[in-house]
Amino acid sequence: MKKRLALILASAMLVTSAVAGLASCKSGGAGGEGGSSEKGHVYYLNFKPEVDGIWQDLAKKYTEETGITVDITTAADGKYEETLASEISKADAPTLFQINGPTGLANWKDYCYDLSDAAVTKELTDKAYALNDADGATRGIAYVTESYGLITNTKLLKEAGYEITDITNFESLKKVAEDITAKKAAGEINFSAFTNASLTSGDWWRMQTHLANLPLYYEYKDGNVDPGVGLQEIKGTYMDNFRQILDLYLDNATCERSVAASKKIDDARTEFVNGEAVFYQNGSWEYNKDSGLMDMELGFLPIYIGVEGEENQSVCTGTENFWAVNSQASEEDIQATLDFLEWAVTDDEVTKVMADDMGFSIPFKNAKPVSNKLTLMANDMVSGGKTNVSWALITMPSQAWKDNLGSFMAAYASDKTDEAWDGVVKAYVDNWKVEKDLVAEATKD
Amino acid sequence: MGKTLQKNPLYLCMFLLPTAAAFLIGFVIPFGIGIYLSFCKFKTMNNIKLIGIDNYVQVFSGDQVFGQSFWFTALFAIVSTIAINVIAFMVAVLLTRNFAGTNVFRTVFFMPNLMGGILLGTIWKILFNGILTNFKQTLTSNGTYGFVGLLILMIWQQVGYMMIIYVAGLQGVSDDIKEAARIDGANDKQILFKITIPLVMPSISMCTFLTITNGFKLFDQNLSLTGGEPMHNTEMLALNIYNTFYGRVGYMGVGQAKAVVFFLLVGAIAILQLKLTQSKEAD
Repeated sequence: MKKRLALILASAMLVTSAVAGLASCKSGGAGGEGGSSEKGHVYYLNFKPEVDGIWQDLAKKYTEETGITVDITTAADGKYEETLASEISKADAPTLFQINGPTGLANWKDYCYDLSDAAVTKELTDKAYALNDADGATRGIAYVTESYGLITNTKLLKEAGYEITDITNFESLKKVAEDITAKKAAGEINFSAFTNASLTSGDWWRMQTHLANLPLYYEYKDGNVDPGVGLQEIKGTYMDNFRQILDLYLDNATCERSVAASKKIDDARTEFVNGEAVFYQNGSWEYNKDSGLMDMELGFLPIYIGVEGEENQSVCTGTENFWAVNSQASEEDIQATLDFLEWAVTDDEVTKVMADDMGFSIPFKNAKPVSNKLTLMANDMVSGGKTNVSWALITMPSQAWKDNLGSFMAAYASDKTDEAWDGVVKAYVDNWKVEKDLVAEATKD
Repeated sequence: MGKTLQKNPLYLCMFLLPTAAAFLIGFVIPFGIGIYLSFCKFKTMNNIKLIGIDNYVQVFSGDQVFGQSFWFTALFAIVSTIAINVIAFMVAVLLTRNFAGTNVFRTVFFMPNLMGGILLGTIWKILFNGILTNFKQTLTSNGTYGFVGLLILMIWQQVGYMMIIYVAGLQGVSDDIKEAARIDGANDKQILFKITIPLVMPSISMCTFLTITNGFKLFDQNLSLTGGEPMHNTEMLALNIYNTFYGRVGYMGVGQAKAVVFFLLVGAIAILQLKLTQSKEAD
């Protein structure tokens, strides 16, 4: 009997304390909001760890100028979706976050505020940088464009007896790469053509996303498909080209192809900076103070995969970085966030910081010209009449699709057989529809 | 005083409340929400829609990896449980003999247990790959390497912990009994199997329980050592759930349903194992 009494008492106390706890939570929250309720506040969940510090400084500056608090939190590298999913459920959710394109928009559509009439949208240099939903309402704003291709150590290329202008298509790239491998084998030079392909899980995005963009881009191009919208089903027209470029990377690299699956991107970058390889497939984001690339003699080559007319192809420029404003935040917070964005893309000092310190190429009217050498080279190619390769990769079905593809590519690296390649083709082409269907099924209302 | 403490409901509440509250807030409530979520479609906690058993249908019909992960995990749990306990027991027997430096050795064996799983996985990955590169292979060249790698890692990490439990158990075995047995003519082997092992049976059930559930629940080491490579061959259940949860848009409910199935599986196996070893415990 006493036991039961004790139990009842215990649970009663528990309930009261829990309720008290909740109540105190609530009053605390209300107090916090009370201070900013007239002005709102901004909470930005930043995607790019490399520029976290710079955003923090900008946030401080904004608070000094306007009195509005701006909190910046940066998700750990490669963990953005997870962080966003947990942060956005909180009472104090991010008011500003990032989505990676149509796939991200499908994922977060309930949280993306309609930016069609926002001031920041009107600042865009091109409507193509607005991410629209099926009804044509703008839900995301591209805030940085990036380029990737073959970053080339021109000094080493000269040592090997070539100029960067010698390479104009897959044939010439292959000739140069294989010649470098032959010369290395003969002991004439001590560097390889390509860095390792970094096919370890988590680090394989250079291959399973970025390199895989090229066959996809050409297939979309053939079918006049909008690379921002994509297809539910693909044919895999350029899978043989995909194979030959991957083989070229793997067979002329700093390491045996069978061990590429143990290498990380850091390894590849180190090899490139140490002059162990001439070509390093990566993008403009690598050009920063910490990477060591700023001190090198660099060239930037398109990734040629052996498609007809590719002499006129440029590097791949696009974005998977779109700002979205949390539609479920309070009205004041939404307004504060919109004001902050407008400030960020129009203020001279801020755009200068974004261009010079972050190395961003920002697609806004008032933006300062970029100083990133790789971006400048990419811009020159396009202004010189070459065709930009857009980022069709933003239409890839899901992370599961990408990881599965990476897995098969890694397996092919150590097992250069037709069977292993069939695995890659299945993971790319057949699994495309499977994953698209799974996602469509899961996101339909 | 002892009586008052036991009978007085006020004292009872005072002492039980913090733990009970922590257990309720940190375990019972999330657990209940988790089960509820497995019947829902959701993206965040503010946006939940009840959809019935669709998620569970997906678990068993959606992809084949879950089944494959289960068998891989089961095999790993069994092999690692046997290996860890046998080795830990042997080390414990060695380190309960009287020789100089036993404490140093115990500390050394215990230390790997203090490191985080992600870190361990990363370190061992570098070590294994460093060796395998010489043979033009990597840890993820085939599933067997990953399995053996995980096994070595887990043995290295867990032997120390289990050893401590066994040492405590072995020290509780009175020398008198062993001496009496020896006088009766028992040899070392007989003493070990007929006297020592039956008497440390509680420690054995404790350790097998810990290792078998650890084996099933393994996540960090799996994530950082092989990441499930090659081609999901070394993807264990917990990692499979994680990948399901975050891998695709709209699959959080399926991941949650897998987690519930996972809980039932591990729970059932752990209870079975406890029943089995406890029945052998000497009273």
